[in-house]
Amino acid sequence: MTTDLSRIRNFSIVAHIDHGKSTLADRLIQETETVALRDMKEQMLDAMDIERERGITIKANTVRIDYKAEDGNTYVLNLIDTPGHVDFAYEVSRSMRAVEGSLLVVDSTQGVEAQTLANVYQAIDADHEIVPVLNKIDLPASEPDRVKEQIEDVIGIDAADALLVSAKTGQGIRETLQAVVDHLPAPKGDIDAPLKAMLVDSWYDSYLGVIVLVRIVDGKLRKGDRVRFLSNGTVHHVDRIGVFRPPMTEIDELGPGEIGFLTASIKQVRDTRVGDTITHEKKGTDQALPGFKPSVPVVFCGLFPVDSAQFEDMRDAIDKLALNDASFSYEVESSAALGFGFRCGFLGLLHLEVIRDRIEREYDIDLITTAPSVVYHIHTKDGEMQELHNPADMPDLTLVDHVEEPRIKATILVPDDYLGDVLKLCQDRRGIQLDLTYAGPRAMVVYDLPLNEVVFDFYDRLKSVTKGYASFDYQMIGYREDNLVKMSVLVNEEPVDALSMMVHRDRAETRGRAMVEKLKELIPRHMFKIPIQAAIGGKVIARETLSAMRKDVTAKCYGGDATRKKKLLEKQKAGKKKMRQFGKVEIPQSAFINALKMDG
Amino acid sequence: MTENWQEAGFGLYVHWPFCAAKCPYCDFNSHVSDRVDHARWATALQRDLRYWAERTPGRRLSTIFFGGGTPSMMAPETLAAVIEAARGLWTPANDLEVTMEANPTSVEADRFAAFADAGVNRLSLGLQALDDGALRRLGRQHDVREGLAALEVSKSVVDRVSFDLIYARQDQTAKAWETELRQALDLAGEHLSLYQLTIEPGTVFARRAAVGKLRGLPDEDRAVDLWNITQDLCAAAGLTRYETSNHARPGTEARHNLIYWRGGDWLGVGPGAHGRLSFGTARLATVAHRAPGTWLDRNETTGSGTESEDALPPAEVAEEYLLMGLRTRDGIDLGRLRRLGGDVDASSLGRMVELGMVSTSGDRLRTTEAGALLLDAILAELSPIEP
Repeated sequence: MTTDLSRIRNFSIVAHIDHGKSTLADRLIQETETVALRDMKEQMLDAMDIERERGITIKANTVRIDYKAEDGNTYVLNLIDTPGHVDFAYEVSRSMRAVEGSLLVVDSTQGVEAQTLANVYQAIDADHEIVPVLNKIDLPASEPDRVKEQIEDVIGIDAADALLVSAKTGQGIRETLQAVVDHLPAPKGDIDAPLKAMLVDSWYDSYLGVIVLVRIVDGKLRKGDRVRFLSNGTVHHVDRIGVFRPPMTEIDELGPGEIGFLTASIKQVRDTRVGDTITHEKKGTDQALPGFKPSVPVVFCGLFPVDSAQFEDMRDAIDKLALNDASFSYEVESSAALGFGFRCGFLGLLHLEVIRDRIEREYDIDLITTAPSVVYHIHTKDGEMQELHNPADMPDLTLVDHVEEPRIKATILVPDDYLGDVLKLCQDRRGIQLDLTYAGPRAMVVYDLPLNEVVFDFYDRLKSVTKGYASFDYQMIGYREDNLVKMSVLVNEEPVDALSMMVHRDRAETRGRAMVEKLKELIPRHMFKIPIQAAIGGKVIARETLSAMRKDVTAKCYGGDATRKKKLLEKQKAGKKKMRQFGKVEIPQSAFINALKMDG
Repeated sequence: MTENWQEAGFGLYVHWPFCAAKCPYCDFNSHVSDRVDHARWATALQRDLRYWAERTPGRRLSTIFFGGGTPSMMAPETLAAVIEAARGLWTPANDLEVTMEANPTSVEADRFAAFADAGVNRLSLGLQALDDGALRRLGRQHDVREGLAALEVSKSVVDRVSFDLIYARQDQTAKAWETELRQALDLAGEHLSLYQLTIEPGTVFARRAAVGKLRGLPDEDRAVDLWNITQDLCAAAGLTRYETSNHARPGTEARHNLIYWRGGDWLGVGPGAHGRLSFGTARLATVAHRAPGTWLDRNETTGSGTESEDALPPAEVAEEYLLMGLRTRDGIDLGRLRRLGGDVDASSLGRMVELGMVSTSGDRLRTTEAGALLLDAILAELSPIEP
């Protein structure tokens, strides 16, 4: 039996990392005894190790809570815990469309952060009712009045009735549940209309195949139905329907306004795209829900096994990971310096790190990561446009008419003391200031920045110049032409493909100089001197010379020293294994990524 | 076919582990003790010789070397007993070389004649510097005047005398070293050992260096300059470099040390002594207990202070031959290296030849003048890396 629309409330929680989103979710579940206490583990909605370690949510999670409200009726509350990172902005937007309201959780000792803003704007875009929740109210440093004022000033929503909560002690939890019932609207939907369900998220389960999280908009979904995915026209037989409490609990049908899962013997997550519309094979709708778009990787880098013998193992690992992550793309790449590996596309830097960590950790393969690059649009003189994923593939300059690069709108919240450093950083990275406003003692700066200036170490630099007090978020705003060129790096007169990069012409000398200076530190001295050059086309723009090693010999070596000397030699040889031979020069694996770390 | 070791002979190394004081640069197995039971040690060393002689019967003994520690603190009777025992247990060569390392203090110099009477025919003096300030910084017990006097005494009691100097010391200028080395060459007989100061882990110098209190050590360029001065002056004086840090008039090289560098066999007795002994195609690496008390105890209860004896895998036998052999001016025989089961990496060899670091002539592989100073890096290139 489906639930009456008026007894359903669907909501998400919007919060900055560390502001207590997952703990609050745990408390809400606990309060309604959806999970027996003994089954509670800390932050039960964040399933993956990496998610738990980093305190971030990568996949949307959901839980159905039965709450007996003050009016004596039992309400079904569906909480979707959304991905909390800008890399997954599209996934967030879909999750937001699946619910009618949000709890805006703000740490009452910290205040509003940039990420809170980005997510709350998504919630506002999705026409959510928003209930402010001030968390960590038990801490002495808590300043609820100041934070309320800030929410009103910065976000522009009424915070007078903000709930005062401590997810840690349990204070305000019951009031929060009641506020969801009282303040959030019930979903709308027509049970008699043709089935229309939104695919909110999906993931691979080794026993059940792909599990699809859906929000029913209209109609009814029953076990045994044959359903069609509108984006690709595939038809599947639904063999299981259920809800999360949080353990998967099978039910027979889902009606309008409800959120649950289906399984249909689907083999690949790739076949299930977030935002897609699911309907019945027969008598279905052909009206897709608005806003669907396939995810597009924006950051690319090369991943190579340190041990080239592990290439096939790495292929297996990547194939397996891709089964569960449709947003991640890959193709075989062959580098003169690094051998065989994969050119991989990611939604952002965090996504890159998560995938790389999982390959290294879960499959025990050491990786060399090349410098991240963005996707450039290369307009050739014959009027064609090609996407450039790898600077090494840049066509000959004589064929290129112009190059466009992706730009982002970056929002940074920073205490006033560090504002000057942040502005300098953004200017140095070719930023264009769009806005600068104050919220209490903090400034909010908005910059139009090239993504390629941000992908590598912008966030690290930002954290470092602001001692960790700044918060940062961004969204893509499109492509724009600029004077971009490929900078090659030559070590001992030979180009090293894995080190080539796209740079703005005006910054090429600076970047080139920084790069060759860094490489001079990173490459060990050899028995001959090694020129290290940065060049654009055939023109050298920066040069350093690594001097030759002059002395390396053990002064004393007699009978009793042979064993020790042999051990030393073994150690030297082990060190050599961590090098990549390039022409006559050996370059340490770590140099390929460290060479890009700029100090300014 | 001759066995591998026979190409370089068979020697005996005797380790005397005691010193009057520990030098701050020294990482050898040495102990400061003023209560040494000389008679007991003499008996024990002979016992160890008998233990090994049973397993190496009929060998021709080319050399004996007393090292330490400070072997010049041994009682001459002990020395005499050990030499006598060795002569009886193996067949001594007609020109048996018996070397003793000696400290150039007046106390010890007074006993040099007695050591010569006991059978020592070559003295190697730890002069270390011809500058009193430098000797103090090196923690030595003697001053220049005393050292030179000891050198005169040694020349009067044995035909073959060598001495050691340590250079590339703290605050040592090229000019100062040139002056010191010229003086040394005037004093030198047939042989000189010239070591660049190396900060070995676990020494007082290493601890001082770690906390930034060992200032004025030469940088690489200055160390190379000092090396070049050394080569030029020694060559002009007719003292050819026949090993990384050893110079001699042709024909007067330290034959005992050449056994190490040419892959010969040697028996090592005394605390912490290492040995290499070939039996057919097998080559044993032996190590004696390091602590003098333990060594003595094992020796007295089992007949030998040996702690371990392990057959070296062929690849290691070959690797030792490579890394020891390339220290010498004569280099190594690639044919012998391959017969031992080793080889050099062919493409690296090509590169090293091209860079002028090594040269080959037939199966002989040598370092060049430039390569001698980069030997450790060359070895890392040449030694094949197992996949």
